[in-house]
Amino acid sequence: MSAPAAEPLVQVEDLHTYYGKSHILHGVSLHVGRGEVVGLLGRNGVGKSTTLKTIMGLVPPAQGSIRYEGRSIAGTPPHVLARHGIAYVPEDRRIFRLLTVMENLRTGLDRRGVTDARRRELLEQVFASFPVLAERRNQAGGTLSGGEQQMLAIARAMMLEPRIILLDEPTEGLMPRMVAQIREIVDTLQRQGVAILLVEQNVPLTLAASRRIYIMEKGVVRHHCAAAELSVHDPIIQQYLGV
Amino acid sequence: MDLILGFVQSAPVELIIVQTINGIVTGMILALVASGLTLIFGIMDVVNFAHGELFMLGAYCGVVVFALTGNFWLALLTAAFLVALFGAALQIVTLRPLVGRDPLTTILATFGTSLILQNYALWQFGPVSRKIGEPITSQFTLFYLQYPWYRIAVALLSAAIIGAFYLFLKHSKFGIWIRATTQDRLMAQAMGIPVPWVLTGVFAFGAALAAASGVLFAPLGGVYHTMGLDWVLKAFIVVVVGGMGSLGGSIVAAIFISLLEAYASIWVSPAQAVIVSFVALILTLLFRPTGLFATPK
Amino acid sequence: MTAVAPDAGPLAAGQGAAAAPVLRTERLTVRFGGLAALNQVDFAVGRGEIRAIIGPNGAGKSTFFNCVTGVLRPTSGRILFNGEDITGLPPNLISRKGIARSYQITNILPNATALENVRIAAQSRRHGWNMFRHHRAFRDLTERAEGVLEAVGLLSKAQELAANLSHGEQRNLEIGIALATEPTLLCLDEPTAGMSAAETRETMQLIRRIARELTILIVEHDMPLVMELASRITVFHYGEVLADGPPAEIQKNTRVQEVYLKT
Repeated sequence: MSAPAAEPLVQVEDLHTYYGKSHILHGVSLHVGRGEVVGLLGRNGVGKSTTLKTIMGLVPPAQGSIRYEGRSIAGTPPHVLARHGIAYVPEDRRIFRLLTVMENLRTGLDRRGVTDARRRELLEQVFASFPVLAERRNQAGGTLSGGEQQMLAIARAMMLEPRIILLDEPTEGLMPRMVAQIREIVDTLQRQGVAILLVEQNVPLTLAASRRIYIMEKGVVRHHCAAAELSVHDPIIQQYLGV
Repeated sequence: MDLILGFVQSAPVELIIVQTINGIVTGMILALVASGLTLIFGIMDVVNFAHGELFMLGAYCGVVVFALTGNFWLALLTAAFLVALFGAALQIVTLRPLVGRDPLTTILATFGTSLILQNYALWQFGPVSRKIGEPITSQFTLFYLQYPWYRIAVALLSAAIIGAFYLFLKHSKFGIWIRATTQDRLMAQAMGIPVPWVLTGVFAFGAALAAASGVLFAPLGGVYHTMGLDWVLKAFIVVVVGGMGSLGGSIVAAIFISLLEAYASIWVSPAQAVIVSFVALILTLLFRPTGLFATPK
Repeated sequence: MTAVAPDAGPLAAGQGAAAAPVLRTERLTVRFGGLAALNQVDFAVGRGEIRAIIGPNGAGKSTFFNCVTGVLRPTSGRILFNGEDITGLPPNLISRKGIARSYQITNILPNATALENVRIAAQSRRHGWNMFRHHRAFRDLTERAEGVLEAVGLLSKAQELAANLSHGEQRNLEIGIALATEPTLLCLDEPTAGMSAAETRETMQLIRRIARELTILIVEHDMPLVMELASRITVFHYGEVLADGPPAEIQKNTRVQEVYLKT
C-alpha cells in the first residue's frame, strides 16, 4: 500500500471513544484521500458508526487526533464542520420528519456565501439525480418511504457541497433495486470529486464501490488493503464479517 | 347565596357578551405570554420560571420609555427589543452552560433568576405601582357600558404579533432552523445550523413576546414588581392544558381558560373565578396529561 | 425447527441434553402494525446448553428475548418453560419462574456496593412480610451474595461501589445480579458490548463456569466468542429461524454466509 501523494483529506489517529464507561473505540486509525471512496466494514457493534460520529464531532474523543485538510478538528462543533465541507448521513437517516422535502433541503442550502443562482443549480442537480424528491417536494419528510428517506438524507447532505460525506449504512433495510441506486449515487458523487467514507455491512457493494477497505473488529482496525485485493470469498472477509 | 342573587339580578345575554369580549382580550394577552413560554420549552426543554419577570421587566421598560418620550408605541418596541437582548444575555450566561444536564438544573437556574429580577425591580422602582397611559382613550358604547377601544386594540395587536410570529416560523430561513432544531438537534448541527445560537435566539424571542405582553397589559392593570407571578402561573396552566411545545394549543387554551374565568366571574368574584383554571388543569392532567394539542416529536 | 426431541418420560431423564427442552416456543409471532418482527418461530433449547442467537440487524433477536422475558407480549404463539405456558406473563412473574436476564446497557445501582447490588437481587427470592426474622435471613442472603460474587470473579471487589468498577467488571456484576435470582435459564443480551479483547476473554470464561449449573441463551455479535462458547447456534433472519445447529455446521452453511455478507 503506497502512501497517498498528497495530504489526506481526513486523517484519524489512535482514536479512543467512550459512551459513559463503555470503551467503544480502542485506538482507531484511518485516512481518506481527496475524492476517494473508502469502505469501512465490520460486524455490528465493532464501532463503525461511532468512528463516523467522532469524526463529525457528535461524540467527543477521549484520546487521539482527527485532522481535516491538515488541521486538527477534534473538539470542533458539528455545525462548524458542516460548513467547512464535512457532511454526515446517519444510519437511521434522521431526516426532519415534520419539515417538507424542500425544507429539509433548505437546511443545507441556506448557507452564507451561496448565491441564489448556485442554489437553483444545486436544487436542479439533486432533482435530476432524485426525480422522486422533485415529485414530493412539498410533502412532509415523515411520509416518504424508507428508500425515499435515504435519498433525501443523501440529497440533503449534498446541499452542503461537501468535500467528504460520512455515509453510515445507506443500504440497510432497502430493497435490491434501491441498493443498486445507492451504488450509482456513490459512483456519481465520486466522479464529482466528493470523497466518501462508506460504512457498510453489504460486502459486494462496498468492495465494488471503494478504492480502499478498512475492516474493524472490537473497536480497532484489523485489516487495511486495496479493495481490488479482496473478494467476497476471501478468508479475511469470512473471518471478520462472516460467521 | 351570592350565586342565586347574582343569577337573578344579572341580565344574562348582555353580560355574557361583555364577559366574552373581556375573556378574549385577557386570553389574547395570556396567549402572547404563553407562546413565549411554550416556544422556549418546545425547543430547549427549559421550563422558564423567570418568564413572568421578563413580562414585568418589559412593563417597567415601557414605563421608563413612556415617561421619557410620551410615546406608547415607541415604548412597546423598545421594551421588546431591550428585554430580548437581556434574555439573550441571560440564556448565554445561565442556561448555555447547563445544556445536556439534568432538567432540574435549568428549573433552579430560572427560578433563581426570577427571584433576583423581582427584588431588583423592587429595589429599582419601589413598591408603589406605576402606570402607563393608554394610547387610545376613546370608548364605545356596548350595551350599558362605555367599553375602551384600547382593550379591543390589545386583542387585535396580540393576535397580529402571534400571527406574524407563526408566519415567521413557517416560511423564513430562521423559522426552518428553529423547527429543525426542535425536531432533531444533532442532525440540525450536522446540517450546519448553529444550534447554540438558535437556542439563544429562541429564548430572546420568547422574552420579547413576554415583554410586549407586559407593555400591552400595563395600561389595564398597573406595573409592580410581582405582576409577573399571576401571569406566569396562568401561562403555565395554559401551556400544560394546550400541550407543551404547541403554539396553536397555547392560543386555544389561553382563550378557553380566560373565557371560563370571565364567565365564572359573572357569578363569583374574579379572585374566586381563578379556581376554574385550576379545575381545567387538574382535568387535563387526569385525562390527557400531554395536553390537548401536544406536538408529535 | 426444533433442536431437541419433545416430551420426556422417566426413561428420557438419564439421556442428558436430549431430554425435555427447558424453553420452547411454538409458532411465536410478533407483529408491529404490518411488520412481522417474529414470524411463526419454533425454537427449543435443552437443559445445560449454551445457545447463541445470532443474525443481522433487525433479525428479531431482541424481540425474541423481550418475549421470553415477558417485556413484550407476543401477537400469537406460545412460550413454554419447563412445560409450563408462560406466554404473556409479566416480567416479575417470569423472574419468579426462573428466567433471568442481563441487559445491553448496564443496569446496576451505581451508589451501592457490588455486594449490595447482588444481595438486593438475592433478596427478591426470599420475600417475607415478617420483620422479626430479618436478622437471620440477612446472613443467609449475604452468604449467597458472596457466593455469586465469587462465581463472577468479583469477590475481592465486594465492598467497592459499583460506580467505581471498570466497565468489564460492571458488565460481570450485571450477570451476577441476574444469577442471584437463582434462575434455571439465563438470558444474556450482548454481555461483551464495549469490552476490550482481554475483558471479553474473561467474561467468556465466566460464562463457561456458570453454565455448568444453568441453561444459557446468549445474543452476541462477537463471532469468535460465539463459535468458541456456544454448544449450539440459532440464526435469525427477518424474524424467522434461518438455521440451527452446532457451530461447525453453521459456519459451513452457505445461506447463513450469504445473509451476513449480503451477497
